[in-house]
Amino acid sequence: MSRVGIIGVGQSTFVRSYPGSIRELAFEAYSDAMRDAQITNDLIDATVICSSPEYDKQRSPAGVVAEYIGLNPQPTFYVETLCSSSSTGLKLAYSLVESGLHSCVMVLGFQIMSQLTSAESQERMGRGADIQWESPFGTMMPAYYALHAQAHMAKYGTKPEDLALVRVKSSTYGVMNEKAVFRKEVNLDMFNEVDGFGGPVSSPLRVGDCCANADGSSCIIVANEQKAKAICKKPVWILGIGAASAAVNMAGRDQFSGLAVGIEAGRQAYAMAGISPKHVDVAEVHDCFTIAEVMATENLGFTKPGGGPELIRAKETYKEGSIPVNVDGGLLSKGHPIGATGGSQVRTIVMQLRGEAGDIQVKDPTIGLVHNIGGVGLYGNVTIFGRE
Amino acid sequence: MAKKEIDRRFDKFGTVSFMGVSKTNDFIDYLEQGKVMGTRCKACGESFFPPRADCFRSLSSEVEWFEVTGTGTLLTFSTLRYGPVGFEGDLPYTIAVVDYGDYKVFGRVDAEIESPDTELKVGMAMKVKAGKTKNGQHIYFFQKA
Repeated sequence: MSRVGIIGVGQSTFVRSYPGSIRELAFEAYSDAMRDAQITNDLIDATVICSSPEYDKQRSPAGVVAEYIGLNPQPTFYVETLCSSSSTGLKLAYSLVESGLHSCVMVLGFQIMSQLTSAESQERMGRGADIQWESPFGTMMPAYYALHAQAHMAKYGTKPEDLALVRVKSSTYGVMNEKAVFRKEVNLDMFNEVDGFGGPVSSPLRVGDCCANADGSSCIIVANEQKAKAICKKPVWILGIGAASAAVNMAGRDQFSGLAVGIEAGRQAYAMAGISPKHVDVAEVHDCFTIAEVMATENLGFTKPGGGPELIRAKETYKEGSIPVNVDGGLLSKGHPIGATGGSQVRTIVMQLRGEAGDIQVKDPTIGLVHNIGGVGLYGNVTIFGRE
Repeated sequence: MAKKEIDRRFDKFGTVSFMGVSKTNDFIDYLEQGKVMGTRCKACGESFFPPRADCFRSLSSEVEWFEVTGTGTLLTFSTLRYGPVGFEGDLPYTIAVVDYGDYKVFGRVDAEIESPDTELKVGMAMKVKAGKTKNGQHIYFFQKA
């Protein structure tokens, strides 16, 4: 099997109230990735466009975006798995290249969320769950993750302060990331402010435990081994890809202290790459809520089940720690424009492996991992990357 | 000839229902009679909650209704202080998952429980009861057993 390499990465700045349309937003990540790859459109055989529907009026956005970035008449595909859309898009691009059907494919994710109010947005997201049997009870994303936080606390004695430490870490790096939506420092005292970060959302989660909705786009360009080596000075190789699904209704879940899709996708990706968790030098995990990062570090085997709180208390997930996690600010501080999130995580890992991550550069990493979850553990993608 | 009326009984489920038509619409009639019901595959005996019209194990669409009775174990819960559009009038409210062994049930906790965050504990026994929402829709909720 020949390898598939990443030859270009890009993203827009993640913002509130993007002053443009989805095609204009998509263009920002596209142009960033094209400048990074130093290639022209004639090299690209196909596009995979990723977002989650109903945040804007446009139906079938793939054609609209492909036309705007000048990629007609190449084929274009629309991929949707809620918040993991663009890592699912990467899996499709990998398959298209590995099958030999195409030699170079672009994955472009986008989302404009801030045209809706927060409550409207929660209603849309709630309908990413079971609309017949759950949504009529008034569910929303923070509440679903709160169910997991409650179970984790009951099983392992995890404290709200442990979760707050995750937010403190993410803000440390959000401050350094020019493309992040939330660039303020956060400290534990802020979780005592009931009008601020300490405000209750869905027990036991508080305002500070939740990521910010944002508008943003991301772009990843992949190529077959021959092209990647010819075009790119520092190709980053896809070593392992895992993907899984789980019951949409909470009544169909076996446990609430972790996400089965994260465990299963991780198992597949490690097996394909032929590595174990201890080989990972830097990771981007899906921290839409603080508890999600804690569960991810456990589900990916960076620590034992229930070991997540100790990992953050010991600062092992900081840049200098044994397993740096979300040192670009994560979803919590960088922002979470759902269709763009996976691609943005991949961009961070690619820059880390190239040694081009600037202030957030981890020391000499050779293996990086991206963990991207769609819905409340409805979909899970884990992708492992390596350099030469 | 009169137009055949579409069976939209599921419109009556929950504070805001997002769909009206399902082969499991009898669930609503049972709720009106005070019963919370799941389905069981007649071919293989698999129990489903929420109820399903079809069984992917036996490929059968022959299912029978059974009543969710007795007590289950509280697996997890959360009290919402903020809600999606359409649920503002219900706030605060608590959602939970209760394990009945062969199946689990997701739903609301009875609003009569005044301080759910202190009164509820993961692992405690709960029972389910049919009832009405504030806006007169049909629903079921959990009570302490």
